Amino acid sequence: MTIETQPRTDIRQVEYTVTLDSKTPTGPIQDRWDQHKFDMKLISPANRRRFTIIIVGTGLAGGSAAATLAEMGYNVIAFCYQDSPRRAHSIAAQGGINAAKNYRNDGDSIYRLFYDTVKGGDFRSRESNVYRLAQVSVNIIDQCVAQGVPFAREYGGLLDNRSFGGAQVARTFYARGQTGQQLLLGAYQALARQIGLGKVRMHTRTEMLDLILINGRARGIVTRDMTTGKIERHVADAVVLATGGYGNVFYLSTNAKGCNATAIWRAHKRGAYFANPCFTQIHPTCIPVTGDHQSKLTLMSESLRNDGRIWVPKKIGDKRDPRDIPEDERYYFLEERYPSFGNLVPRDVASRNAKAVCDEGRGVGPSGLGVYLDFADAISRLGVQTIRDRYGNLFDIYEKITGEDPYTVPMRIYPAVHYTMGGLWVDYELQSTIPGLFVIGEANFSDHGANRLGASALMQGLADGYFVLPYTIGNYLAQTKLEKVSVDDPAAREVEAEVNQRITNLLSINGKRSVDSFHRELGNLMWNNCGMARNEAGLKEALRRIPEIRAEFYENVRVLGEKEAINQSLEKAGRVADFMELAELMCIDALHRTESCGGHFREESQTPEGEAQRDDANFSYVAAWEYTGNGARPALNKEPLNFEYVKPSQRSYK
Amino acid sequence: MDLRLRIWRQKNKNTTGKLVTYELPGISPDMSFLEMLDVLNERLIEQGEEPVAFDHDCREGICGMCGLVINGVAHGPEVTTTCQLHMRHFKDGDTITIEPWRAKAFPILKDLVVDRSAFDRIIQAGGYISVSTGGTPDANAILISKESADAAMDAAACIGCGACVAACPNGSAMLFTGAKIAHLSHLPQGQPERYDRVRNMVQAMDAEGFGGCTNYGECAAVCPKEIKLDVIARMNGDLIKSTFLSSGTRKMGPNATRNGK
Ligand SMILES: Cc1cc2nc3c(=O)[nH]c(=O)nc-3n(C[C@H](O)[C@H](O)[C@H](O)COP(=O)(O)OP(=O)(O)OC[C@H]3O[C@@H](n4cnc5c(N)ncnc54)[C@H](O)[C@@H]3O)c2cc1C
Ligand code: SF4
Ligand code: FES
Repeated sequence: MTIETQPRTDIRQVEYTVTLDSKTPTGPIQDRWDQHKFDMKLISPANRRRFTIIIVGTGLAGGSAAATLAEMGYNVIAFCYQDSPRRAHSIAAQGGINAAKNYRNDGDSIYRLFYDTVKGGDFRSRESNVYRLAQVSVNIIDQCVAQGVPFAREYGGLLDNRSFGGAQVARTFYARGQTGQQLLLGAYQALARQIGLGKVRMHTRTEMLDLILINGRARGIVTRDMTTGKIERHVADAVVLATGGYGNVFYLSTNAKGCNATAIWRAHKRGAYFANPCFTQIHPTCIPVTGDHQSKLTLMSESLRNDGRIWVPKKIGDKRDPRDIPEDERYYFLEERYPSFGNLVPRDVASRNAKAVCDEGRGVGPSGLGVYLDFADAISRLGVQTIRDRYGNLFDIYEKITGEDPYTVPMRIYPAVHYTMGGLWVDYELQSTIPGLFVIGEANFSDHGANRLGASALMQGLADGYFVLPYTIGNYLAQTKLEKVSVDDPAAREVEAEVNQRITNLLSINGKRSVDSFHRELGNLMWNNCGMARNEAGLKEALRRIPEIRAEFYENVRVLGEKEAINQSLEKAGRVADFMELAELMCIDALHRTESCGGHFREESQTPEGEAQRDDANFSYVAAWEYTGNGARPALNKEPLNFEYVKPSQRSYK
Repeated sequence: MDLRLRIWRQKNKNTTGKLVTYELPGISPDMSFLEMLDVLNERLIEQGEEPVAFDHDCREGICGMCGLVINGVAHGPEVTTTCQLHMRHFKDGDTITIEPWRAKAFPILKDLVVDRSAFDRIIQAGGYISVSTGGTPDANAILISKESADAAMDAAACIGCGACVAACPNGSAMLFTGAKIAHLSHLPQGQPERYDRVRNMVQAMDAEGFGGCTNYGECAAVCPKEIKLDVIARMNGDLIKSTFLSSGTRKMGPNATRNGK
């Protein structure tokens, strides 16, 4: 195995602009999906049982897809790394899910949700995909209610809605502060039904470590059984990756500890293009870090910004108890800078402003990296009980973690890595550049452009899984002549041998440093140099450092324990090894995109007021990176973006 | 603060385990319980000793993956998940005993990791509403009173952690199973299969080797999501009713013939 340790000095860029076919339909946007569904080939119900589909990941996207495909009659083999599909990271989503139902009669529509999503994504997403997403959003809510998802209700028995994350209409459906949990349980129950019926073979505690290609098509995966350590090959007619986001590159994020990029990174190395890897979302309202022992960050739902007011002391270094700071000595920086949106500006804007006031020395809390989110006004206006009804469980979480009572002391919050808009490139049918490899949910580069709006990830995951993939995968299977393959195919054996080799290597290094220590080091570097604000010097520095860290990792990591047993250090080591390669691609992407857009803020590209300055003339495209071999510079493929309906404008939330 | 830990170490399913004592100085009260174990593991790795295996994922009290018996109590002294327990609830000089869930239906896989797949099989036996994707009515066509929705949500908050089983002297899974049944039976959508569901799930629960309920109430006392004992009464009521009804005889899950999906 060769590990590249030299920094990349070669900055010549190989670029292609014509190779990507997004299969985006034309015609009036409202008809495109219907027309496309009609144009796609079908597989008759009786024939579906002749096809087997592998689905890696059973969160909202994978769970809903696995259940739906099995209901349709396909044979499904599904995988997750937790001990049950019910524990996928989707479970942690708190705030809610958007849908263009217009139940509130406040002027919402499919077109408005489409418009808001394209604009919120800062004009870096595909219009056709976004429109389809808005269209099927309404079906998702119907489906979930039928499954028994206990969404919040009004006294008359109708569904309740709230406005969320900067939207000017109330289109967010929610189940207390546990919307992700309830949606996932809905999908999980549907999946459990199919497992019970024998249509889905579920492998829990099983991690995908590589992808098997046979004759250029995705035909299977190699996995490790995390209980026995056994390496296994699985083959099928198509492979779906639904493995979630890669925010854990940063070590500290709001993602679950096990979230990883291994599945998509291995697929990338086998030929799937990676799109917009640098588009990461930093969420403004998380509980601040308390020390070096910190293992993850906890999100406080942004619905809190509906009633909480964000401020810092005007005086630099003011250490008074927040309750003793008089009104005129408080700086309500979002309300002052963005009078029409106030505390509800999009996430990227809120995060950057929080960082800016902390950088000025106005940050609060022991570390100085925090701002207040204050409910005193809301409590005096609405009463404690209303606030408790709305946010009770969030306040409880906060109190458990910090030991402070947010009903009486303002919360302290700080931005944290939360979501990755980047991911494997997919066409309109959610197929990657490897034929037969489909990617859904957060794992694909998604419909969110350069910035995802609140409550839209759950929507996208379920749209992909319930209503898009089940059609498009049939189109692929119907049109493709697929020869019979077996797990003994030489190509499959070869991939398995490589996987074994990697594991043996990690176990044999026996150096001095733990896997976590490397992960922290990498994460810290990424947070500082490829986090909320990026600049050329910082990114070049990161590109110099990452190969050094990686080289030391392969010389000095200590992974104890055995291969054929539960070995959590080994699991982590494999994931961190992949993060270290992905991190480099993220920095390359961030360096090449010299504009600012959405969550990607290049300090060199800002308006006089300090807002993100897009460069549509040069960057109105999806950057899809192609792996070109170990150590070689990845090639850039550009998918141009055209905006026929929502004309690009500078976002303004003033 | 300085702690002494007594931790259950067990190589695998087929070996017997034992409590091993570790001294762990320098713990901050702001750490979570699992962060404290992370620190221990980092030190063990430094000394060349294999780290302690324990399950966890979200570390924010919602995925239900974590779960340790701490000083004899499932999830420890606060009513919360192990990952949401913070060290400020312990004192300098404390000895803390840490064991895995212990129940016949949850075999230990290694150290503090147990196999809870029996829970999934209970759900597979009927813990769902038999609707397939597509063709569902408009969400607002089904009116549900706020009271029913809230009652369903209270029960649906269960995270499937298994603390109830670990706490029960009989190793009973009644609270978990009752919670799932209550979630669906409080909703109009759950009515058509209400009695089939309860019979199938209870049968699966018994087949997994969970014990019966003799009203100790230990389960509800440790449940991090405050699932109430009345879900068990409701389940038992439905079970009795099901024996008088012609519905309640359909086989769901693995026992079903594929009757219209
Ligand atoms: C704290 C938090 C709050 C959020 N709140 C909201 C919200 O209010 N509204 C909203 O719309 N979005 C929210 N999001 C975002 C949203 O939850 C996620 O984007 C979404 O749930 C991702 O779903 P998914 O199905 O793509 O992936 P996941 O739910 O992450 O599922 C990934 C699956 O892949 C499996 N897997 C991963 N790697 C492997 C591997 N190598 N081998 C085998 N299996 C693997 C896992 O076991 C799991 O089953 C939130 C996110 C976080 C972190
Ligand atoms: S009922 Fe409570 S203790 Fe039992 S599994 Fe559910 S959440 Fe855990
Ligand atoms: S780790 Fe998810 S509930 Fe504790």
